[in-house]
Amino acid sequence: MTEIFELGIAGIRSGIADGDFTAKEVAETFIARVSAAKPLNAFLVETPEHALAAAEATDKAKAAGETLGKMAGVPIGMKDLFCTQGVPTTAASLILEGFVPQYESTVSANLFKAGAGMLGKLNMDQFAMGSSNETSAFGNVISPWRRNDGGNSDLTPGGSSGGSATVVSGRIAPAATGTDTGGSIRQPAAFVGITGFKPTYGRCSRWGTIAFASSLDQAGPMARDVRDCAIMLEAMAGFDAKDSTSLNLPVPDWEAALNSNLAGKKIGIPKEYRVENMPAAIDALWQQGIEMLKDAGATIVDVSLPHTKYALPAYYIIAPAEASSNLSRYDGVRYGLRDLPDGAGLQDMYAATREAGFGPEVKRRIMIGTYVLSAGYYDAYYTQAQKVRTLISQDFDKAWNSCDLLLTPTAPSAAFGLGEKNDDPLAMYLNDVFTVPSSLAGLPAMSVPAGLDGKGLPLGLQIIGKALDEQGVFNAGLAIEERAGFVAKPEQWW
Amino acid sequence: MSIDKETVKKIASLSRIAITDAEADAFVPELNQILGWVEQLGEVDCSKVEPMTAVIPNKLRLREDVVTDGEIRDKILANAPIAEHGFFAVPKVIE
Repeated sequence: MTEIFELGIAGIRSGIADGDFTAKEVAETFIARVSAAKPLNAFLVETPEHALAAAEATDKAKAAGETLGKMAGVPIGMKDLFCTQGVPTTAASLILEGFVPQYESTVSANLFKAGAGMLGKLNMDQFAMGSSNETSAFGNVISPWRRNDGGNSDLTPGGSSGGSATVVSGRIAPAATGTDTGGSIRQPAAFVGITGFKPTYGRCSRWGTIAFASSLDQAGPMARDVRDCAIMLEAMAGFDAKDSTSLNLPVPDWEAALNSNLAGKKIGIPKEYRVENMPAAIDALWQQGIEMLKDAGATIVDVSLPHTKYALPAYYIIAPAEASSNLSRYDGVRYGLRDLPDGAGLQDMYAATREAGFGPEVKRRIMIGTYVLSAGYYDAYYTQAQKVRTLISQDFDKAWNSCDLLLTPTAPSAAFGLGEKNDDPLAMYLNDVFTVPSSLAGLPAMSVPAGLDGKGLPLGLQIIGKALDEQGVFNAGLAIEERAGFVAKPEQWW
Repeated sequence: MSIDKETVKKIASLSRIAITDAEADAFVPELNQILGWVEQLGEVDCSKVEPMTAVIPNKLRLREDVVTDGEIRDKILANAPIAEHGFFAVPKVIE
């Protein structure tokens, strides 16, 4: 029999239903995996008691013959951006050290209602600002993957949902929550060979999720395969009156409608995504993806998204602008850190607290955001960026006249070594070149693992869909998954 | 347009982040590099374009003007660095 820790959500569901094992055994298995994984630094807080309590509730419900929830008996990892009642939540920042939420985020509450348990809170880039998990105040997360060249250098799991990526690919959790502002679910999923899904903006409530850039932030699942992502997203999504941008729409049964026959579907290949210096392995993978989708019955069409090159600079105005406003709440008064130098007044306390509590990348983005919103510069920077955002969104609308979905690489490289890109913020920002445009347009998009590069590291393909067409994205993802036959996994060295 | 050390200090002050002279020096080239890069947006003709307000058309909902929560003072104060007599406590603002 397959080891329990090799199972994902659907595998655990059927094993519990068939009586192969109990939810308690599943929880105990993964709790042991979590304890053994400390060298990867993926967890900020471990909550074995939470996972066990949820498992016992599932076993009891099953014994009583009750209908089990979608996530019954599945112990998940929770990105530390989600506020969890009674469990410390820091967004990997010193400024929230010691913060214990008195309420539950809607997404985590939905997952718990569906029967999921929580193994712990996952390390991440500080306030989700980063693409390599190196901005956490509590140390880097290390990828379970290593290059096959004999070197033992530690690799990034990507970011900002780096802890989530590490635990799912390392078989330390069957699934984990992520959040995606400019690629923070998709890029790490690609770097570690798992599946990550960012739904349409508004599908998942933002209530209780620590805010970075509110017009972009979306929660989503990170899991072993497409089916698991569909199951988990169904549990996470849904209307929430507490989030003013929550979409008041029913949650479709995405899992039941999974269908990898793409006959009649048109897949667009945006020529602007063929960037300079793209590694040959990624270009080749993209070609293979095209062949896989053709094989599934789809027609391939060339499309143009002419404003693509402006997406990243627009994002790096809009996201910091929103962040500078959102992060003004960390003032040393209501929660988290307070730094009160001797004899300091209120203003000095604010400045000292924020100086001590925020990491360098967070400060950098707050400063940029403050500058682009300041009097005299607002129109030149912020308003112009929001206009460019309109053009980027219109590019997609025009593309939908000739295709149903888009296929692109997820990231411009495979995972890089920790420390390799630290000196240059701009080089780091370029990681998100393929994921940011769909974030700016609020579209659903997913990364599916599709192959390995020459050094044995995973590469992902991205599918982007029309607003609310999560089903189309899932189905094309499934078509790639079935044909790519991606079974590679990291060898356990930790 | 490029920014100088004085501007960096002004931004830090507006951001309520204390910085040293050395930190301000380090921020100058970093912020200039990033701002220089985003300035390429200026080459896009946006004269006939409205700024984005909502990615997914979505009207802000109205709700009944009624109290939906309350009586949670202790929860609100639970994480305060210093709370006294049911209030958040801060250094003296008026002498």
